[in-house]
Amino acid sequence: MDFPQELKYTKDHEWIRIEGDIAVIGITAYAQGELGDIVYVDVDALGETLDAEETFGSVEAVKTVSDLFMPLGGEIIEFNEELEETPEAVNEDPYGKGWMVKVKISDSSELDTLLSAADYQKILS
Amino acid sequence: MKNTALSKWHEANGAKMVPFAGYNMPVQYTGINDEHLRVRNSVGVFDVSHMGEFHVRGKEALDLIQKVTSNDASILTPGKVQYSCLPNAEGGIVDDLLVYCLAENDYMLVVNASNLKKDFDWIQSHNTFDCTLSDDSDEMALFAIQGPKATETLNKLTSENLGEMAYYNLKHITFCGKENILISNTGYTGAGGYEIYLPNNCAELFWTKILEAGAEYDIQMIGLAARDTLRLEMGFCLYGNDIDDTTSPIEAGLGWITKFTKDFIGKENILADKENGPSKRLVGFELTERGIPRKDYQIVNSEGDVIGKVTSGTMSPCTKKAIGMGYVQSGNHKQGTEIAILIRNKPVNALITRPPFIPKS
Repeated sequence: MDFPQELKYTKDHEWIRIEGDIAVIGITAYAQGELGDIVYVDVDALGETLDAEETFGSVEAVKTVSDLFMPLGGEIIEFNEELEETPEAVNEDPYGKGWMVKVKISDSSELDTLLSAADYQKILS
Repeated sequence: MKNTALSKWHEANGAKMVPFAGYNMPVQYTGINDEHLRVRNSVGVFDVSHMGEFHVRGKEALDLIQKVTSNDASILTPGKVQYSCLPNAEGGIVDDLLVYCLAENDYMLVVNASNLKKDFDWIQSHNTFDCTLSDDSDEMALFAIQGPKATETLNKLTSENLGEMAYYNLKHITFCGKENILISNTGYTGAGGYEIYLPNNCAELFWTKILEAGAEYDIQMIGLAARDTLRLEMGFCLYGNDIDDTTSPIEAGLGWITKFTKDFIGKENILADKENGPSKRLVGFELTERGIPRKDYQIVNSEGDVIGKVTSGTMSPCTKKAIGMGYVQSGNHKQGTEIAILIRNKPVNALITRPPFIPKS
């Protein structure tokens, strides 16, 4: 299973790519595998500013549903609308076309709470 | 946790395994949608060896079966299979099962793995008859081969023409060179096909031969996850979800396997339920807005009052519609009634629909 080194991770199986003061967020290869075939991604907090660990949406798979949690506080400025048509991108390309939201980071000190690829893999093992 | 004869094989061949009813079972191989559609369009093979097999043998075998089951087993002749249930004294359901009439005074009962001990103890406690009940589950494996190419696949492994077998019939055949193998034209998918009961020591041979025989039809191994979506598209009940110790066969729409022309445990209460009309009924529904119903979500009417609860739900891999089953208060159960499912406190509109949820093939 692939866990790119340049990304940050959370115990909730999300990945974060830092681009300046923007965080791009998705779910990991492990998470999509556990959920199985994804039917759609619901983000109901577009435009809202949320704290770390608040729920910003959910992922519905055929068998189950899972909440999406903010890995860090910030304003949700963009939702990956391509997922409306192709939710399977989360299964097929979780770190690429399967990205879910972009967040304007409120407090960059929260970046220290995120896990490295190595630390995340330790959680999985 | 118990292994089936093939659990290790599944692990070695890339299946995702889960504990289910005390067994280490394959839940998924390639993906739920792919597996599901392969059964509908071609052929799939399931290892469902966790299911329980009891034998009832002896002069009064039929009397015991008649007493503990709701359907009329007296109409079964050797070679016939019947869907039935074991009611409890209150008129709830101990389990649903298949009754196989193997020969005169020789029956096999196929029960859910999760209820195996409960069922055995229940039936045994009513066995005042001249017959023996035995649990042979640990010695037997069970494979389901389902889909429009199931007959072509299995015909390569036997000299029989399985296409001549009628629905809910059984036969003992020579399969992969092994004599006296029990096969029935039954299944839990609505896609047509067979179930094969075999000794554990034949499991790996049969499984690999079936995969070889089905290769030209792109046969797929199917896990428990797709088994559940396949049965739900047909509106087949799953014990523990749609029926349990507290639901009566009448509420569950299983009046057709409940025959009041004979005596059986729970008859009075079930008959009263039928005559008075049940307070709640199991219905199927389709969402008309985006969302997926899940077990235990509340069902509300158009005024927003809670009228019931979801017992099973999924997205149909065939129609891509969100479908489910659940109990609603009687009066709200008519086809076409507008209801809503509370999905994380948000009402999502749905219509009561009579299963199957896919066009009849």
